[in-house]
Amino acid sequence: MATVTHPTLADDLTPLHHPTTWIGKYVWSQDHKVIAIQYSLTAIAIGLVALVLSVLMRLQLGFPDTFAFIQPENYLQYVTMHGMIMVVYLLTALLLGGFGNYLIPLMVGARDMVFPYVNMLSYWVYLLAVLVLVASFFVPGGPTGAGWTLYPPQTILEGTPGNDWGIILMLVSLALFIVGFTMGGLNYVVTVLQARTKGMTLMRMPCAVWGIFVAAIMALLAFPALFVACIMMLLDRLAGTSFFMPALMSMGNNPGYEGGSPILFQHLFWFFGHPEVYIVALPAFGIVSDLISVHARKNLFGYRMMVWAIVIIGALSFFVWAHHMYVSGMNPYFGFFFATSTLIIAVPTAIKVYNWLLTLWRGDIHLRVPMLFAIAFLFTFIHGGLTGLFLGNVSVDVPLSDTFFVVGHFHMVMGVSPIIVIFGAIYHWYPLITGRMYNETLGQIHFWITFIGVYVIYLPMHYLGFLGVPRRYYALGETAFIPQSAHVANQVITIAALVVFAAQAVFFVNMIWSLFRGPRAGHNPWGAASLEWQTPDVPPKHGNWGEKLPVVHRWAYDYSVPGAPRDFIAQNEPHDPALKHHPT
Amino acid sequence: MAVAVVIALLVLGSILFHVLSPWWLTPIASNWGSIDTALIITLYICAVAFVGLNLFLALAILKYRARAGHKAHYEPENARLEKQLTLWTGIGIAGMLAPGLIAWNEYVTVPDDATVIEATGQQWQWGFRFPGRDGVLGTAAIAHMGPDNPFGINPKDPHGRDDVLIETNELHMPIGRPVKMVLRSKDVLHDFYVPQFRAKMDLVPGIVTYFWMTPTRTGTFEILCAELCGVGHHEMRGTVVVEPQAAFDTWMAEQMTFGQVLAQNETARATQLARADATPGIGGR
Repeated sequence: MATVTHPTLADDLTPLHHPTTWIGKYVWSQDHKVIAIQYSLTAIAIGLVALVLSVLMRLQLGFPDTFAFIQPENYLQYVTMHGMIMVVYLLTALLLGGFGNYLIPLMVGARDMVFPYVNMLSYWVYLLAVLVLVASFFVPGGPTGAGWTLYPPQTILEGTPGNDWGIILMLVSLALFIVGFTMGGLNYVVTVLQARTKGMTLMRMPCAVWGIFVAAIMALLAFPALFVACIMMLLDRLAGTSFFMPALMSMGNNPGYEGGSPILFQHLFWFFGHPEVYIVALPAFGIVSDLISVHARKNLFGYRMMVWAIVIIGALSFFVWAHHMYVSGMNPYFGFFFATSTLIIAVPTAIKVYNWLLTLWRGDIHLRVPMLFAIAFLFTFIHGGLTGLFLGNVSVDVPLSDTFFVVGHFHMVMGVSPIIVIFGAIYHWYPLITGRMYNETLGQIHFWITFIGVYVIYLPMHYLGFLGVPRRYYALGETAFIPQSAHVANQVITIAALVVFAAQAVFFVNMIWSLFRGPRAGHNPWGAASLEWQTPDVPPKHGNWGEKLPVVHRWAYDYSVPGAPRDFIAQNEPHDPALKHHPT
Repeated sequence: MAVAVVIALLVLGSILFHVLSPWWLTPIASNWGSIDTALIITLYICAVAFVGLNLFLALAILKYRARAGHKAHYEPENARLEKQLTLWTGIGIAGMLAPGLIAWNEYVTVPDDATVIEATGQQWQWGFRFPGRDGVLGTAAIAHMGPDNPFGINPKDPHGRDDVLIETNELHMPIGRPVKMVLRSKDVLHDFYVPQFRAKMDLVPGIVTYFWMTPTRTGTFEILCAELCGVGHHEMRGTVVVEPQAAFDTWMAEQMTFGQVLAQNETARATQLARADATPGIGGR
C-alpha cells in the first residue's frame, strides 16, 4: 500500500526569520520565550500588588481599630482585588501565558508557537487588561469592593464600594483578559496538536505539557461563560437591562430593575469559576510531576494513569460548579448531583497524589530547592484537597460555607499549592531561562520560611471556620460565640503573614543577583531527560533547535534505566537495543 | 533530610493543634446533629488520609534520599497497586458521601407540621414576619413597599392582614417545634446564619428561599449575615431567642399584625389631618 505523506510542521521546511532590531527582539517580540518572560514579569508585578493587599487585609483582621486608613470600603476593595488578581491575573496568566509559552514549544520540540504574531498580540492585550484593572485604583470611588465573585445585585448598587467606576473597569478588564487569553490559548492547543517534532507522540509528552494543554482547552471552554456574564452585567450597569437584577429597593429607592436572576450570574460565574480552579491546578500538577521525577531520578510512576487523570479531572470539572452554590438558594435538589460529582473528582485527584508519592518511593531523592518546593506542594495539596471534601460534601458545607474554613481551604489548595509549584518551577528552569544558577542558600531560606509560614497562616483558619467565624468581615466586633482566643489567633496569623511576605524579598534578591552573578549553569545541570534541556544553546536561541529539529525516541521519564551508562536517557537519544525501554 | 522530619512534625503538630484547639463547633442548638455527624465522619476519614499520606511522604524522603552509591529503582507502573488504591479511595469517598447525602435529604425535606417564619434582609438589618392566625403569609412584592409597608405586603391579600410583623432585629421562636424559615431579600444577597443552628441559606432578591430546623436549646443566639452584602455586611446582626412555648406566646401577643399597623397608620394620618385642619393657617383661610 502506497502512503502519501504531506509535509508537516515537523518537517521544518519554512525558513525562520530572526528579528533584527532590539525592539523586535525584546518588545514586539514573537519569540515564545520572550513572550513567556513578558507574561511572567507582568503577572508577578500585578501579583505583588495583590500580595500587598493581602497584607493590608491581615493588618485589619489582626489589629482592628488600629489603622485609620482601612475603612470597611477599603477592606472590601482589598478583598476583591486581591482575589481577582491572584486567581486570574497572576495564576492563570503565569501558568498558561508564562510557563505555557516557555515550555510547550521547547518540550514538544517546536521552533515556536504555531501563530507567533497572535501569541505576541495575546501578551499585549493581557497587558492592556492589567493596565485597565490598575486604573481602577485611581478612579473616583476606587476599585470595586463586591468580592471577587462580583455577585449581583450588590456589585452594581449603592452600598458597594466602586459601584460607580471601579466595577466598569473590572468588567472591561476581564473581557480584555479573556480576549487576550483566547489568542494565547488557541496557540497552546494548536501547537501541541500540530507542531510536535518527529517521534513526539501525545503519550510521550511530559506531564507539564499535558497539564497545560488540558488546562488551555478547559480555559477556552470556561472563559466564555465569564465573558458573557461580564457583558451582561455591564449592560445591567450601563444600559439598564435586568439580566441579573430583580425588582428591588436599594437604600430606599427603587432603581427600576425587574425580572432578572442573581442566581443566573452565579451559575455563569462558577461554570467558569470551578474549571478555573483546575485551569490553575492542572499545569501545577503537570509541572510538579516533572520536578519530582527529575529530582528523584526516577520515572514518573504510572505515567499513563497520570495523563488520563489530568484528562478526566479536566472533563469532570465542568460538572461540579454548583458545589459553590449549595446555600445560594438554587433548587436544593441539585445538591445531591453536585455533591456526588464533586466527590467523584477526588478519585483521579487522589490517584495523582499516590503516584507522586510512589515516584518518590525507591527513588534517589536530591533535596535541591525545586524538589523541596515539590515536596511542600504534596503536603499543602494533600491538606487543601482533603478539606475540599468537607465543602463538597453538601450538608457538611452548610455550617462551613462563608466561614474562615473556606478561606483556609481554597488558599491551601489553589493559592499556596500552585504558588509553591511556581516557585519550584522557577528555581528548576532558572538555569535554562537565564543560563545561570540561583543561590542555593537563599533558595533554602526562602523555602523554609514560606513553607512553614503558610501553614501557620492557614491551619488555624480552618478551626476558626469550624467555630463559625464568618469571612469577608471587616471586623468581628463583639460576637458572643467568638472567644478572645480567636482574636489572638488572628493576630498570630497576621504576624506569620508579615513574615512570609517579607521572606519573598529573599526570592527576588536571589533571582536578580543570580541573573548577573550566579555561576554559569552549563548544559542540563539536573540531568533531565525531557527535550527542553537538550537545546544546542543555553539559554535556547530564537528558533530553539539550531539547524535541525530534534527527533524523539522515547518518553520523557527514562531515569535510572538498568544498564544505562548515565542515570537518565534524553528523549532524543536513539534506542539502545540492549536496554529495557518503556513501551510508549 | 530536614524536610522529612519537618513534614512528620507538621503532621504531629496538626494532630496536637486539633486536640488542643479552643476553636471548635459551637454547642449545637438545633436538630442538625446529622450535619455534625457527617462533618465528623468526613473529618476522621480525611485525617486518616492526611496522616497516612504525609507520613509515607516523610518516610520515602528519609529512606530514599540521595546518598553515594544509591540508585533509583526502575518501575514505570504497577497496574495492580493502582487499581487497589483506586478501590480504597472509592470506599473512603463513599463512606463520607453517604452520611453527607443522608443529612442533605433531611435538610431538603421540610416536615409538614413546620411553622413558617419569614426573615427579610435589607442593607444592613433583619426583619421578621409570622403568618398569623390563618397560618399563611400574605403575598409581598417590591412594588408594595413604602414607609408604611416596609415588608411590601399586598394590602389587598386577606392572608396578609393577620401577619405579625417584627421590625426590630430580634426574633423569638418556641423550643422543640420545627420551623420553616422562609427567606426574602429587599435589595441584595444576604444569608441567614446562626452558627449554633448549623443551618444557613442565602436570601435572594426576586425569589423566596427556605430551610428548616427545630431549635433544641433555649437561649439567645446571634444572627449573622453570611453573604457579602456591602460595606455594612459585618454589622448586619440580629438576635434569635429560643424559649418555652408559654414565654413565646406572651411575646407574640405583644406584637402587631399588618392589619393593626395599617389601622394605626390610618389613625395617625387622620389625626394629623385633623390637627392640620384645626391649626389656623397663616393669613387665615
